[in-house]
Amino acid sequence: MRLDQQQYPLAGIRVVDFGWVWAVPFMTQLLGDMGAEIIKVESHARLDSTRTQKPAPGRPAHPDWSTRFHAYHRNKKSITLNMATPRAIELVKRLIRVSDVVTDNFTPHVLENWGIDYAAISKIKPDIIMASLSSAGQWGPLRNLTTFAPALGAISGLETMVGYYGERPLGSTLAYMDPVAGTYGAFAVLAALSYRERTGRGQFIDMSQMEACITLIGEAMMDYAMNGRVWGAQGNRQRGMAPHNLYRCKGDDQWISIAVKSEEEWRSLCSAMGNPQWTQDPTFADQLSRWEHQDALDQHINRWTQGYGSYELMDMLQRAGVAAMPSLTTAQEVQDPHLLARGTWVQVDHPTLAGEIVYGNHWKFSRNPGGIYRHAPLLGEHNQYVLGDLLGISTDEIKALEEERVLY
Amino acid sequence: MADQALSSLKLLECGGGVSAPCCAKLFADLGAEVIKIEEPGTGDFTRTEGPFPGDVPDPEKSGLFLYLNGNKLGITLNLRSARGRSILQALAQKADILVENLAPREAEELGLTYAALEPINPALIVASITPYGFTGPYRDYKGYPLNAFHASGTGFRVGQPEREPLTMPCAQSSYAGGISAAAAIMTAVFARGVNGGLGQQVDVSEMEAEVCFFGSTITGFLAASDEMAVRPRMGHRLSALNASMRCKDGYVHLIATSADWWQRLGQVMGGPDWSQDPFFQDPANREKLADELEALLEPWLMERTREELFQLGVANRIPITPYYTTEEVARLPHLKEREFFVDIEHPAAGMLRYPGAPYKLSETPWAMVRPAPLLGQHNEEIYCGRLGYTREQLASLRTLGII
Repeated sequence: MRLDQQQYPLAGIRVVDFGWVWAVPFMTQLLGDMGAEIIKVESHARLDSTRTQKPAPGRPAHPDWSTRFHAYHRNKKSITLNMATPRAIELVKRLIRVSDVVTDNFTPHVLENWGIDYAAISKIKPDIIMASLSSAGQWGPLRNLTTFAPALGAISGLETMVGYYGERPLGSTLAYMDPVAGTYGAFAVLAALSYRERTGRGQFIDMSQMEACITLIGEAMMDYAMNGRVWGAQGNRQRGMAPHNLYRCKGDDQWISIAVKSEEEWRSLCSAMGNPQWTQDPTFADQLSRWEHQDALDQHINRWTQGYGSYELMDMLQRAGVAAMPSLTTAQEVQDPHLLARGTWVQVDHPTLAGEIVYGNHWKFSRNPGGIYRHAPLLGEHNQYVLGDLLGISTDEIKALEEERVLY
Repeated sequence: MADQALSSLKLLECGGGVSAPCCAKLFADLGAEVIKIEEPGTGDFTRTEGPFPGDVPDPEKSGLFLYLNGNKLGITLNLRSARGRSILQALAQKADILVENLAPREAEELGLTYAALEPINPALIVASITPYGFTGPYRDYKGYPLNAFHASGTGFRVGQPEREPLTMPCAQSSYAGGISAAAAIMTAVFARGVNGGLGQQVDVSEMEAEVCFFGSTITGFLAASDEMAVRPRMGHRLSALNASMRCKDGYVHLIATSADWWQRLGQVMGGPDWSQDPFFQDPANREKLADELEALLEPWLMERTREELFQLGVANRIPITPYYTTEEVARLPHLKEREFFVDIEHPAAGMLRYPGAPYKLSETPWAMVRPAPLLGQHNEEIYCGRLGYTREQLASLRTLGII
């Protein structure tokens, strides 16, 4: 199928994708949503763990039934190559010769062992762009670190600041760095492609997810550099802003975020609350004083918010010019009128699950919208296309490769 | 300066805070020319927010501002004046990209949209980064990073049950929006090739960026009601263990969600009975009894330091990592060897150590060429050098409050 370049501006760029779990799969999802052809190299011998996670309710774990996998592998193709066989490595090299980008998020030794690290593949395809998104980078004492995002965020300092103010570090336990590193990676790959377009030269992108994570806490790192100050758990605090927290609303586990910066916003909040007596208290008279007494301030506001639903408060406060949004539950998130209006959720028919809902492309382009044009691939669904159509291997030979478990 | 990956691109940045500046910085660090446009007199509001050396406020010494604005040229321009807008149009005529993070209504009023700038430069890519996006019922709602993070459903999953949901520190949703916009803009640069050279409007919402970042974790819920996906906060663990745990001298994060990690963890601990219990071999059971499991692990953890546990984790390929402070991160030998941090001399703030590149490009390295601009530092260079104003005209623009 030939993609319409008007809709999919990256059509024609081919990516050989060794990514697994999340970071690189998210990166290639972004490129695939805009038309790049993503060929995921995987194998029954070394299954991407997310292929069996979160099958649709009532279904057992199965490589083709993971709703999570379906979400960020939409638009991609799948080839099963058992990289433990020399023949598979030869085939990958042939595929790389007709491709533009190679991506992976293994620990550094994996591609070296297969003989397809950048030094090796740049000999067979000099203008190839390769992006490796390992935990701690391709070199340095921690190069062989195997970790996953919630733990990675801890050694990078970010997760250490997640927790109730003044208490122990809790960490978000979200795999925050996976999608962030994936997005950074997509930008770096596109920058490298643009350089290649201009100069004909490829290159290697060594991305340490740990370093990428530290770039997200520049503010705290600068305070350390300037003042030797170390930030503990931050709660919901933000320097100079109060109120700035989550407040309990009517209903079970319902919350609203309220953030106030200017004097005008404070006055708007007071008037939305009906200017209760406590707002006249001199301890809340100015921004600095409100910041210093924010715990007392929060108690007052919490008493008020509990009388209203979170969406009701959002309407009331936004009308008054106060930044306030519900902390959406999953159930609310999928029905939120704003997200529905922006087409955030998209229906995709997957062969194993009709009408599956996944999140769409979060970049809105006025000319070239991109989007989802194909469901996530079944395991090995594109073996024939990749080997036959792209590499010109005969049907008989493909059959033999299956029997020898090279294609596996 | 050697040819860098993005040396051929020229970018204008309007707005302030984190999202647009962090987006534009990614371009500047790879060689694009970025002109940062600030309001005369006050400048980007992060100039007033610090952190400051010695906690003494000084608009030229704000740590967040210095960090987010290195490698850029800085000019002042009053976009609320007719003259200011016509100067912006002259700059936009020579630019490839304009990135801004004003409220949608304000951006429209000031003419900072593709629709407004297309007649002047049809090739221009205009990217807006806003809390909620340029369309939809919340478009004109007010939002700070706290609000966008929680409006995305992501915040609800952070924190402890029964207590208020938490936020990722340092305005994370603005980074989510800024980095997403950078990748989107690069795609729009490629798109010019298929659009006959035309640019377009790119609309990125922080709320939606966070929704899509974590959308795959709730797909089970989308398929049908899935209890695991909707459980709030620490209870949302895909399967135990995935938690911050106390040890002898601090906290470590331990993940033993997969069968491999669970087995290896049991082995490293010397195979206590409960680690062999068939009941706990099932991740769903581990999740149900996460609190009890953590209690069983605690005595073993409390006998070991963070570093001992980290080493055990590395040697046995189990994700166990210390919760490091920024100070510990700053001193990490691994990062020293990789020359991650960069020392930059700034005329007002002096020599400071900054976080460096999120990625290392072999042919076209990330490079810190110049410190963040002083307010209006490059007015003369841009207005006289590029736009042909005389110094006298520059002086009168200054008097009129236009620059």
